[in-house]
Amino acid sequence: MYKVKVFVTLKESVLDPQGSAVKSSLHRMAYHEVSDVRIGKYLELTIDGPAESLDHRIQEMCHKLLSNPVIEDYRYEVEEVVAL
Amino acid sequence: MKFAVIVFPGSNCDVDMYHAIVDELGAEAEYVWHDEDNLDRFDGILLPGGFSYGDYLRTGAIAQFSNVMREVKKAAEEGKPILGVCNGFQILLEAGLLPGAMRRNASLKFICRQETLLVENDHTMFTSLYEQGERLQIPVAHGEGNYYCDEETLQMLEKQQRIVFRYCNNPNGSIANIAGIINERGNVLGMMPHPERAMDTLIGSADGVKLFQSIVKSWREQYVLSS
Repeated sequence: MYKVKVFVTLKESVLDPQGSAVKSSLHRMAYHEVSDVRIGKYLELTIDGPAESLDHRIQEMCHKLLSNPVIEDYRYEVEEVVAL
Repeated sequence: MKFAVIVFPGSNCDVDMYHAIVDELGAEAEYVWHDEDNLDRFDGILLPGGFSYGDYLRTGAIAQFSNVMREVKKAAEEGKPILGVCNGFQILLEAGLLPGAMRRNASLKFICRQETLLVENDHTMFTSLYEQGERLQIPVAHGEGNYYCDEETLQMLEKQQRIVFRYCNNPNGSIANIAGIINERGNVLGMMPHPERAMDTLIGSADGVKLFQSIVKSWREQYVLSS
């Protein structure tokens, strides 16, 4: 079994109005050191499948559904879960 | 001419769309649930607004994998007219039937009001009864209507005259004031504003009527007059 952590973020070239709003809020709270905020998504998948096709299938999932390649990038981390 | 009004879990403009076709236009329409896997009996497909699958993950992201979307893609390949309004537009983008993607409105607010649209291209099966440069009063109602595409795609859309409607006062931050675009073949139109809510002057505007009439006119010219 694998636990896969997927991080989906807006591409650098795409403005993030939510991030901008959060940044202004942090500035109003006097955290002036914050120069940028970008909001993304974090997904955890538990996968029960063979190791060989794992990367390929995760990339397929990210490309087809979990992210929108027009505006988003993704990266992921795979953790093997050992059953006790 | 018979229209399918596709209903996803969370669609909420399906009744307005049906009313526009059946009561205002006098054409035939039928509600079609999202797990239907045959649309052969229809001549035109309407994807209404709403919040399909609760807008989970991204607007339109989950709806694109419904059974019915395979059929919508098939109908698109056959050249049938397909209109996606609001969430319907978002679904067409996610399904790859139109280029680009939607972002949150620049203001982060849900915007629900009448907007003025400019008809940019009157040579489509959806706009032949309008005049180029005509200004239309059509309501918008969305939180994620901030259209985005890369520079290369934008240039292609401009060059091929595929930007069909633009906002006169951009409400949401869309690049190039884009309110509606069409596919290369000219039979798939996606737009954020709601023409089905502009069918009667009694409730604000009847400027949406000609859009639906244009679809029917084009269909008649193609199938009825030639047979």
